[in-house]
Amino acid sequence: MTRRYSALTLFKEGLTGQTGWEKAWRSPEPKSNYDAIIIGGGGHGLATAYYLAKNHGVTNVALLEKGWIGGGNTGRNTTVVRSNYYYPESAAIYGLAHRLYKGLSKDLNYNVMFSARGVLTLAHSEAGMETAARTVNAIQINGIDSELFSLEDVRRLVPIYNFAPDARYPVYGGTWQASGGTARHDAVAWGYARAASRLGVDIIQNCEITDFIVEKGRCRGVVTSRGTIRADRTGMAVAGHSSVLAAKAGFRLPINSYALQACVSEPVKPILDTVVISPDTGVYVSQSDKGEMVIGGALDRIPSYAQRGNLPVLENVISGMLDMFPVFGQLKMMRQWAGIVDVVPDSSPIIGESPLPGLFLNCGWGTGGFKAIPAGGTMLAHLLATGTHHDISRPFDLDRFARGRLIDEAAGSGIAH
Amino acid sequence: MQLFPCPFCGLREESEFHYGAEAGNVRPDAGFVSADQWSDYLHMRDNPKGATREIWVHLTCGEFFMMERDTVTHRVMGSTLLEDATHSA
Repeated sequence: MTRRYSALTLFKEGLTGQTGWEKAWRSPEPKSNYDAIIIGGGGHGLATAYYLAKNHGVTNVALLEKGWIGGGNTGRNTTVVRSNYYYPESAAIYGLAHRLYKGLSKDLNYNVMFSARGVLTLAHSEAGMETAARTVNAIQINGIDSELFSLEDVRRLVPIYNFAPDARYPVYGGTWQASGGTARHDAVAWGYARAASRLGVDIIQNCEITDFIVEKGRCRGVVTSRGTIRADRTGMAVAGHSSVLAAKAGFRLPINSYALQACVSEPVKPILDTVVISPDTGVYVSQSDKGEMVIGGALDRIPSYAQRGNLPVLENVISGMLDMFPVFGQLKMMRQWAGIVDVVPDSSPIIGESPLPGLFLNCGWGTGGFKAIPAGGTMLAHLLATGTHHDISRPFDLDRFARGRLIDEAAGSGIAH
Repeated sequence: MQLFPCPFCGLREESEFHYGAEAGNVRPDAGFVSADQWSDYLHMRDNPKGATREIWVHLTCGEFFMMERDTVTHRVMGSTLLEDATHSA
């Protein structure tokens, strides 16, 4: 069987009708005991499995997914990767994710199509430009690349933008992260799954958690739709469903679950070669490698587990997109969908041991989880292997809410949601 | 466009409403309040999947009320004036 993906093996398989490829990952029956259990087969869970095996040599691991891997928010996001955050704690964790993304295709031997096409965040007023300058300075001090762009810079970069003098949100300039970009979201899930499976991790799909096994006040495993599975350490990376699992484990989280919508147009020829974010219209747009315009916007501010958005927000997103790019007026929209995101009061993730000892959390990424997948996986793997925080994850512990040490990126980096 | 029932105005479009909070989250005010108790009130949520009771405001008439809703199907079971509702868990 052919395992490694390369031009040579592709050529060789071509000679034999592509029949010799090994399956990308195994689908074993669950065992009754593991060294660690990971709940959630999205990007964060799969990355956790991979880094547990790769960085810590812990390979007797079960990854449990109630549906199919990459079928939740990992398959529903807008694929943007950037690390231009305001606070040093955020820069450390998103910066780590960004660095790992850059080398991920080689590391996993799987093309995740990371494309550093740059991320432009616009400013729509003089006050907006002053805020942008302050943000750029802070991000540069954090060691992350960031530039202040003038109106002329924006014109040069995105000539199809609406620069009309009577535009509802005129452009004054913006901030630019040249090293930001996009990655192929499904490939990130599948690449991590394949690499983790190779190292010995059991990926078990269609396996829903119904309860936790608690003995002497510690989590000792889980009860699932496919039987009881025991382990001394369990990690959960289930995004919008974190509160549901937390309730089963007997604690609450500072999370509200909301639907976040996105949509794509029909594919067209290359016209937009960067990611454009407009905080004032609340809309961001990029063009996928297939040619579709990928369009995202603000949250549906109605608590929801429905994985579908309501029409008023979609209407705002489309009208905002048309205000930014009148040239897209003739585009036909192909698909619209929503994912359930775990929104935390300070818009920063929650990583660390839960109130139930032996159960570890990776949640609260809200609307920005995709860009953080390699770092979220690295941190949860470190927790599961050592039982203690990595220096980068310590500020994101659940205890910050009682201590008042919030990392308020909603205010800090001016994200729309 | 989903229609939500305001106890005063009847069925109106969802964009006229704003979500406030989970019902039953009562501010602790009995003498000493620990940091954990305060954090629990301020930040921790049940965030239920399925049936839920929430405080909403109808922005156009300014009335706060309690709405019973399902977070999976988005079905609305009813809305109640706050003075008639028992604001407890």
